[in-house]
Parts: sequence; C-alpha cells; structure tokens
Amino acid sequence: MSDTAQLDRKKQAKGGKAPPAGAKPAVTLPEHIVEVISDSGEGAQRCGQALAGIAARSGNGIWTVEIIPAEIQPPARSVAGASGIRIRIGAKEVTNGGDETDLVVAFNEQVILGRVRAGELKPGATILLENAWRDSRDASIVKSFNEAVAALAKGGFRVIEIPLERECRSLMSDARRGKNMFVLGMLCSIYSLDLQLARDQVALTFGKKDRAIIDTNIKLLEAGFAWGEANLDFKYVIPAEKRKVAQVVTNGNVAIALGVVASGMDICAMYPITPATSASHYLSDCFEKVGGLVHQAEDEIAACAFAIGASYAGRCAVTITSGPGYSLKQEGLGLAVMAEIPLVVVNVQRGGPSTGLPTKVEQSDLLAAMYGGHGDAPKVVMAVSGIEDCFYSMITARKIAETFNMVVVVLSDASLSTAQAPFPRPAFSEDWLAPPLDQSPLPEGAKPYDWDAVTGIARRFVPGQPGGMHTVTGLAHDRWSKVAYDPATNEEGMRARSLKLAALQKSLKAPSVFGDPEGDLLVVGWGSSKGAIEEAVERVRAEGLKVSSMHLRFIQPLPPGIGEIMKRFRKVMTVENAWGDQLQDQLIDSDNRRYPGLTMILRSRYLVDIDCLSEARGQPIKPSNVAKAIRAKLQEGK
Amino acid sequence: MVNPLTQCIIKLHEEQHDLEDYQGGVPRWCNGCGDNAILAAVQKLCRDENLAPEKTVFVSGIGCSSRFPHYMKTYGFHGIHGRAFPIAEGVKFARPDLHVFVNTGDGDCCSIGAAHWIHAIRYNMNVTVILHDNHVYGLTKKQASPTSPAGFKSNTTPRGSLLLPLNPLTVTLGVQNVSFVAQAVDWIPELLYDIVSKAFHHRGFSFIRIMQRCPEFLPKMFEPWLHDPGKTLLLTHPDGLQPSADLGRIYKNQLEHDPLDMNRAREIASVEDPIPVGILYQNPDVPCYEDLRGAGKPRTADGIRKGLDAEFDKFTIWPDDESQQRAA
Repeated sequence: MSDTAQLDRKKQAKGGKAPPAGAKPAVTLPEHIVEVISDSGEGAQRCGQALAGIAARSGNGIWTVEIIPAEIQPPARSVAGASGIRIRIGAKEVTNGGDETDLVVAFNEQVILGRVRAGELKPGATILLENAWRDSRDASIVKSFNEAVAALAKGGFRVIEIPLERECRSLMSDARRGKNMFVLGMLCSIYSLDLQLARDQVALTFGKKDRAIIDTNIKLLEAGFAWGEANLDFKYVIPAEKRKVAQVVTNGNVAIALGVVASGMDICAMYPITPATSASHYLSDCFEKVGGLVHQAEDEIAACAFAIGASYAGRCAVTITSGPGYSLKQEGLGLAVMAEIPLVVVNVQRGGPSTGLPTKVEQSDLLAAMYGGHGDAPKVVMAVSGIEDCFYSMITARKIAETFNMVVVVLSDASLSTAQAPFPRPAFSEDWLAPPLDQSPLPEGAKPYDWDAVTGIARRFVPGQPGGMHTVTGLAHDRWSKVAYDPATNEEGMRARSLKLAALQKSLKAPSVFGDPEGDLLVVGWGSSKGAIEEAVERVRAEGLKVSSMHLRFIQPLPPGIGEIMKRFRKVMTVENAWGDQLQDQLIDSDNRRYPGLTMILRSRYLVDIDCLSEARGQPIKPSNVAKAIRAKLQEGK
Repeated sequence: MVNPLTQCIIKLHEEQHDLEDYQGGVPRWCNGCGDNAILAAVQKLCRDENLAPEKTVFVSGIGCSSRFPHYMKTYGFHGIHGRAFPIAEGVKFARPDLHVFVNTGDGDCCSIGAAHWIHAIRYNMNVTVILHDNHVYGLTKKQASPTSPAGFKSNTTPRGSLLLPLNPLTVTLGVQNVSFVAQAVDWIPELLYDIVSKAFHHRGFSFIRIMQRCPEFLPKMFEPWLHDPGKTLLLTHPDGLQPSADLGRIYKNQLEHDPLDMNRAREIASVEDPIPVGILYQNPDVPCYEDLRGAGKPRTADGIRKGLDAEFDKFTIWPDDESQQRAA
C-alpha cells in the first residue's frame, strides 16, 4: 500500500478558525490515520473505539492503537499524560497502526505537544484543538495555549481551534464528560460516516447504562456531526466494501478470552498485571455463563500453581500474565514440565526488564519463554500475530497442551492487547473443545509415565481413575512415577520430555512465504509486527525490490522447512521489537553484538548470518521503518 | 445362584478398604520421626472413612514431611517448595468431588509459602491441612525454621537463633474466614487420630498443627512434654475432643473449651507451655470458596456454543442482507 494520503495543503489556513463550509466535496482517500488525544479519563479511547466500530460497520478496514499513560490519573494538561487512541481507517483490510498520523483531535495543547515530540504526526497534519483554554482565568494556561498554537503552526501543522466545551455545555452539565461523543460526531462528519450507524454504535457503547445516558450521548454525537458539517472546510470519504461475511470486532485480549472459552478450558487462574489483565476482566464477565471460572489468586506464583492443580485434576487451565508475572511463574512451569501436566500460559508482553514499560509493547520475553526456568524444561512457545490469531491460538494451545501433556506458552503483546480489528466471525465447532474428563479404570500394572519410545508421549492418569493411583512429583522419576536418581532413569525422562517437542514439530507445516519464494532478502518476524512487515514488503516490492517475508507462529519447536526457505534468499534479516546492539556503537562488533531472541535462535539453528532490525521504543514497529531497513539492507555491500 | 444378601455382603467386602489399600511403600523417614505417627493416623482415617483411593489426593510442597504422598496409595501431588496450598486449591476447585489433603512443613507453610497459607485460610476451601511442625529444616540438614525456638543452634544460626518463633496457631486464628484450627502432638496417637478425624469431617479449611519430633536435628525439643503429662493441656468439649477414660487418667490437665469461642481460642493458642492439644476453633458456618464460586458444575458443548455465540453477537458486524433479516 502506498503512503497514506496527504491532506490537501492548498486549503490550509494557518492557525485561526476554519472558514465556514459551503457545499464541500468529500475528498476520496484510500486510507487515513486519525488520533484522539486527551488527558486521562476524558474518554478519548471510548470515542476512538466507537469511531473504529462505525467505520468497520461501514465496511472499512480498521486498526486501533491505544495510547496509554502508565498512571491512572497522570497530571492534567501534561505532555507525559497524553492518553488516547489512533484509528487507522482503510478502504481495504488494515493490519497495523501504520506510520504517522494525518489528523488529530486534541483536548488540550499539552497532550498534542507530546505526540508531536514523539514524531507521531505527519508533516502538515491537521490538528483540531479544543480552544476553551484560550478563555481560561489562569493566565499561565492562556499563555501556554497561545505559545503551543504558535509553535504548532510554525511547525507546519494546520491548527483548527474547535469550541468543544462551549458546544457541549448546552447539552450536558459536565461538559468535560461529553466532549468525546461530540468529537465522535464531528469525526463521523469528517469521514462521511453514516449518522444512523453512529447512533447505533453509541447505543451499543453505553448499552449497560440507562436510556437517559444513551440519549444524552446521542444528542452530543448529533451536535458534533452538525458542527462538523457547518464549520469545517474539509471532508473525506474512504471507500468501503460491503461485508460478505459476518465479522467480529474485538481487541486482542478479548479475542484471547473468547479463545479460552472456545477451547473448552474450564479454569483461568490469574493475578492482575498490565497489559494482560483486560483478558481476564472480559473472561470474568463471560466465563461463568458457560461454566468456566476465573480465579484471582493471591500472587502470580499461586495463579500458576492453582492452574497446575486444576489441570492435574483433569480440567485444563490457563494462566494469563505479562513479563514480570511470567518470571515469577517460572518455577511452577518447570514443575508442570517435569510432572507432564498440560498447561496454557499466556504472556502479554510489555517492555522490560523489571517493571519496565508496563503499558507499552516489546517482544523481549521470547528466550525467557523458551529457556527461562532452571534445568532443561522443554515447552511449546507460540506467538500470536493478529487479533484473529489471538482467538484461534488458544484453541490450538489447549489441544497441544493436552495431546502432549506439555506447557504451551502463548506470547502476545501490549500492542495486540488493545488493538482492534475485524475478523470473520468464527463458527463454533465441537472439535475445539476438550474431550470429557476421563474417569475410566486403568488396567492392572498401568504405568503413569509409560513413555512412547518414538514420541515420548505417555497417557496421563487423572485423579478419579481407579487403578491409576500414583504421586506426581517434580523430582526425577521413573515410569511408575517413583522418585529415581539413577543416571539411566534421569536420561530416560529427559529424553521423553524432549522428544515430545520433536513429535509436535513433525506435525507442523512449513511456514508460508509472503511474496515470491525466492529473492534478494527474506524478512522474518514473529508476533504483532506481522501486519507492518507485510505492508513494508508490499511497498518495497512495488518499488521493484525482490523481498519476501515469513512470519513464525511456532518458535519452539520451529516448524520444518525454514532452512530451505532461507536458502532461496541472498540475505535474511529479522524484525524484532526488542533490544539488539547496534554496530554503529564504538564497542560493538560481531564478537560481542547482542541480538534479540528470534535472531539468536535462527542464527544458531540454521548457521545463517542473519541481521536484525531491532527497536525497543515501546511503540509498534512502523511499516516505514521496516521498509527503510529493507532498503538499507539491500544497499549493503553494493 | 448366589442370593442377594450374599451378593450384598461380597460387594460390601469388595468396597471396604483395609489399611494396605492406603500404604504406598516403606517410608524413608528417620527412625523416631514424628511423620511416621502422622502417616499411621491418616492411613487409619482413610480406612475408617473408607475413602476411595482414586478419589483421594494428597498434595504437598517440599521438605521431609512433603514426602508424605509418596507413602500413600492414593493419588498424590508432590509439588514445589511452599506451593502446596495453591496446587491443592486448583485440584479442589477443578474437582470438588475429590478428597483433598495438604501435607506441609513449618518451612514450607510458615516461611516460603506463608503468603499462600494466609490466603488459603481466607479461601476456606474444603481441604484437610496437616502442618508437620518439627521446628527445623530437616531435608536441607538443620537450619532454623520460623518456628524454631529462640536460641536454637543450627547451621545457619551457629550462635543461636535470635528471633522468637512464629506461632502458627495465632497466625491462623488471626485471619478472617478461619473455620477450623486444632493442635495435636505426634506422641499421643489416640488424640492425633481423633483430631485428624474431626478435621476431616469439618467442611472447610481444617488446619491442624502437629507438634512433630525430629530425632535427628532437634532430638530434645519435646522431652519435657514427653516426661510430664501435666505439661499437656487437653481441650475437651462435647463438640470437640472427648478423650477416653484411660487417656484422661494420664493427661489430667484438661480444660473444657467451646470451639466456637474465638477469643478464648486465641488466648489458648498463645500458650506455649503447657501445649494445648485439641480443637481450638471450629465454625461450621464459614462458606467455602468452591461453593461460593459454584465450582465443579458440569459443562456441555451446547452450553459453550450458546455462550460463545452470545458473546460474538456483542461484537458482530453482520453483512447488510443478514442484518436486515435479523431486524425482520
């Protein structure tokens, strides 16, 4: 896809009020990126989610990126406190948050300065700025407002002041709380979205509240729409395709929670941690209706142990966490590996180490997921690459966990946790569910760890099965689950646990290649960067470059065929949202350069000199950055 | 043709378990270790209650006492250090139909697993908890534990431990939602059995602290109490222990204590000499977490399908023709 459309610069009036609109023709755009930015608690995210919902209902592709400060109530009107949402609307499917923003609605001038300094605005972008601050009784606010408007105009942005609070005051006593729906109406006008669809969306958004609240918000929406029609001199239309199949629009964490329900798992044990908790919030609301239960444990360790206990007793359980919580669970995961108890673990990664960047994205937990615990503890590690994948991966993870009696770690991340995009509504299948609890008697002499010589898999005995009584243990044990320290038995168990990964690997398909099967450069990625990588590959292919990409869903075990795919390309590079040393640094050379996880894994397994675009900015990787890195890589050595 | 009565008797015999059905091999504890007495009492309980071995699970952490499940012929889960409680909670939550026991030591429960212990009391799940309290780390060879007496010389406290011991009874009684607290000693088997039995029959988190001898690392710890029956305070009550006449003649130091009396229970719990033995507190009306949560309800594929579809409906964008059909 080409770069996002620019605003019509000819119509720009620097600063001041927009000229009143006459009959304004709507400019047709292939896509647009809009942000709504406010102080925390002003409802910008709700506004943006609703806008995304309306656009999706209209048939547009959408992708949302939430902009979340780490504090619940950061200081008002502060650069660091910017809270809001980006919505990328496209004529076709949208798979990532894109590059820079075309249009911003800002509730005060400080929060927009934050976005400008972060380099998130396109040069010449339009800024619709609340101007109530101009009339503030606090002279310092008036001063900073004027200075900011001047600086923004000087920076080449088109600033249009909008009287949000004044317009809302006539409709709502606390105007601050109504601005977001007014803005929603205005944005619907700007993007030529259907007002009735918008009304329906508002009713849905406030569905749990009483009718009066819905009515007030619909009035605000209509007022915003009318204001936009009457006062703005620009209008866009992003063509939409009629939907042929039913779609669901959720964020990644909700998709994970729905996947848990669909997988037939019964129990989720968790402890609150950003950015994973919203999955458990959603699950807490809906799981009990289908007989599932969410247990909020006293800590991460207990959540893991509780899930292990439940799984041991025959009800496959999941524990959902993020990086620091994952670290705490490591000892428990080792126990599940040793005792061969199926378990699904979701790690919605955030920036690290330590408390790191709790609300921001990073892909730094891969090696911790694969090798984090002590001893040799083979686990399955999967990574989700999109919203739909969040849903189906939970079903796959449960199946693998119970088929192989293994721990399956599913890695998601902060950007997917809140990103919304539509995907085809899944049609329920009973195959998704776990088989019923096995309580059948076991034959005399049956062994609880009767490891298969080829696959390492043993049939697990569940409490309640007559004749299967044994004590599982984290100690080294033999086929009867008796504690055994002798060398042969120890290696027998280790071999079996390791072989299970190979058995799974044999059942995996080779990953597909996006683009031609051969060329000058193969870009390999994992996790949430898929959309951005493929968009970048499309862009450079349009420029004539021979570039393809491959995205890995299974990282432990790696699927077959990767080595052969790599051989068909002159160069291979990875894209990882994680720290990697840069060769420009004086001390860094090929002897000491630290690579991010996937790069290291691929280099060691396939003995290919793989370079990496590594970023640890706490932001989703932009397609333009990937495209730039691709071009640079192909220029190398020329 | 066997007549129905004989059939009935045969069936009864088949279903009636004897001690051997619960004995899972020879314990590898030291000679004179109090754990042996606890194991005997628990195996007798299983036999007397005729617990189906396949429906019974012993969950433990790490330590000498946590080897306990290996010596039972039931299902067992020998877990990791300090985490017996959350593992057992998961088992019980998933399967309320199982009889769940927890074996934990003073290091396992009161030190590394202390957070889980506090919350386990609060959850009040229907599990029987046996705290094997020998006042010392045994498996790692003689380090001071949270319940070691002040002045105890161990490998980590060569000049004597400085801190006063933690009292597991007062701690447990201090947690909101506590429903059963008892104390036993390994050297009075009759009372040990009675207390384990009372705990098993209590619906809720039944916490028994058992004073347990460690002949290897703290051999003299309980000698004064072994030599002088007057240093044991028997707690009796129609709703609690009713020691036999024989036992009563030896242990004359008795106190009638109503297990519903929390204030008195806390007073008694803080007494270290004489050692109180019996039911300190029992409240049968504290709800169990698994009941409050409705754990263990059967699920059906159809129920999941309906639930899932209802959730999808909240997020679905229907194609135009379909949404018109739905509106109609």
